[in-house]
Amino acid sequence: MIRFEGVEKQYPGRGGAPVRALDGITAEVRRGEIFGVIGRSGAGKSTLLRTINMLERPTGGRVLLDGTDMGALDAAALREARRKVGMIFQHFNLLSSRTVYGNVAFPLELAGWDKARIRAAVDPLLDLVGLSDKRDRYPAELSGGQKQRVGIARALAAEPKVLLCDEATSALDPETTGSILRLLADINERLGLTIVLITHEMAVIKEICHRVAVLEGGRMVEEGDVFDVFVHPRHETTRRFVAGVTGGDLPETVSARIAPGWEGQGSPVLRITFRGANANTPVISHLSRSYGLDLNILHGRIDQIRGAPYGTLVVEAGGPAEAVRSALSFLSSNELGVEVLGHVPATLVAAG
Amino acid sequence: MSPQLLSLLADATLQTLWMVGAAGLLGTLGGLPLGVLLAVTGRGDLLPHPIFNRVAGVVVNAARSTPFIILVVAIIPFTRLVTGTSIGTTAAIVPLTVAAVPFIARIVEGAVREVDRGLIEAAEAMGATPWQIVAKVLLPEALSGILLGLTLAAVSLIGYSAMVGAVGGGGLGDLGIRYGYQRFLPEVMAAVVLVLIVLVQLIQTGGEALARRVNKRNLKT
Ligand SMILES: Nc1ncnc2c1ncn2[C@@H]1O[C@H](COP(=O)(O)OP(=O)(O)OP(=O)(O)O)[C@@H](O)[C@H]1O
Ligand SMILES: [Mg+2]
Repeated sequence: MIRFEGVEKQYPGRGGAPVRALDGITAEVRRGEIFGVIGRSGAGKSTLLRTINMLERPTGGRVLLDGTDMGALDAAALREARRKVGMIFQHFNLLSSRTVYGNVAFPLELAGWDKARIRAAVDPLLDLVGLSDKRDRYPAELSGGQKQRVGIARALAAEPKVLLCDEATSALDPETTGSILRLLADINERLGLTIVLITHEMAVIKEICHRVAVLEGGRMVEEGDVFDVFVHPRHETTRRFVAGVTGGDLPETVSARIAPGWEGQGSPVLRITFRGANANTPVISHLSRSYGLDLNILHGRIDQIRGAPYGTLVVEAGGPAEAVRSALSFLSSNELGVEVLGHVPATLVAAG
Repeated sequence: MSPQLLSLLADATLQTLWMVGAAGLLGTLGGLPLGVLLAVTGRGDLLPHPIFNRVAGVVVNAARSTPFIILVVAIIPFTRLVTGTSIGTTAAIVPLTVAAVPFIARIVEGAVREVDRGLIEAAEAMGATPWQIVAKVLLPEALSGILLGLTLAAVSLIGYSAMVGAVGGGGLGDLGIRYGYQRFLPEVMAAVVLVLIVLVQLIQTGGEALARRVNKRNLKT
């Protein structure tokens, strides 16, 4: 649907070296998915998003939308292509001089639709975002969440194929953020709309994204299925974002006792990850019964990714090394995530 | 005050209104588009055209830095060319307009530049042409500021119009000088000042009310 091919963007620096806002980004956003881009301030998220509709022209590489090289279009063709890409903004960017209705009608007026056709399109959209009763209000009379709903309705008016969201919930309180995210997820499902969403909050990614890319200093340092990235973050930056929402990995008292790696000595400490249907499987009792292991639960939590429950358990597995190895292979063959975090040295096991 | 003086006062008021009204209207016709062009042709703006922007900027500054009374005299040949005469109320409209155009242009430019860049960007992202952005984003969003600026321009024009007595322009200022000052009729002077105050008040109040009405940015419900 959207392909970034070695996209680069340099800004002339003030006096000094040029700023490399994007440094060879290659990625693909698939049709119908919600693709999240996360990164710290200045990582290049906005710049990347804005290359999709050429609000920002890459200084290298290409951006293809449905196979069309957006950078190669002439002005008129680009305007036409932009109509098929809706966009919502952190600060909403609504026209203060137009009512809610007028704002949603705006892109259709630009496209030259007649009044009757505009009305037929706008009213159902106001319904969709739950603002029919605010139809004739001005933006100044709305709350932040309501303004963003207007922004969403406006972005959807021209029936785009893609919706770009630049920090769409960053100016909203957590509850309103939740309702806007649910609306976006709902639109994604009902209309099959592809959504590219940028944020600096992992909680937003976790809530609605299917896949995520992590940006750092203009480079894409990690990309993948949200669940995988969440459960097995590989890059340092990603880990920090994940820790930000899970509240860190292990309590200090637990991590202090663990030595790195496990070579068969002492008791390994495992992190087992359950997802979806697995979350309800009695894995622990199965492990202890079938492999004769003594499982000591050190830490556990239940969370949700895109509404599906997932849990992590950190256990210390006491028992013969052979039994532990077969338990490990059972776990990995069962689509349960498992990771050896380290081991508790034998001396401590005896003492503990 | 004698009926004679009263009728003089009434004539002078009408002359002032005519001069200010006509120069204000013509000044807006010229200043509004010029101001919009100044606002959108700068480097990095919607329709960048640095050469036009520079030249227009210099001309506007030159006109604005010329004292009005000198402007009146300096453009007498042009005034004669346009109106066929260089004296009288109608002739005075020419220098007033010439002074109003750059003044209004700068005011409009300022108001248009105040419009949030995010709105321009949102419109660009929707596939708007630059002229659609001017007509449907910049002008409506800047309207309130433009109206306040035009109010300011009208009040300034009343002040300028008092000076065009120098070229036989007539009007309230002229009346005040000739009767109130030179013939020392303090009641005429007082009446002229009173009418001017009332005019300025009316324009200011009306302009502000209109500007408030079109401004939907901070609505109280
Ligand atoms: N117009 C510009 N001129 C010069 N440098 C720019 C410009 N726009 C962005 N940059 C630089 O490019 C880098 C990436 O900016 P970008 O806005 O994409 O970051 P971001 O990830 O969206 O950050 P934030 O979370 O703060 O919005 C930053 O270092 C920024 O200073
Ligand atoms: Mg940004």
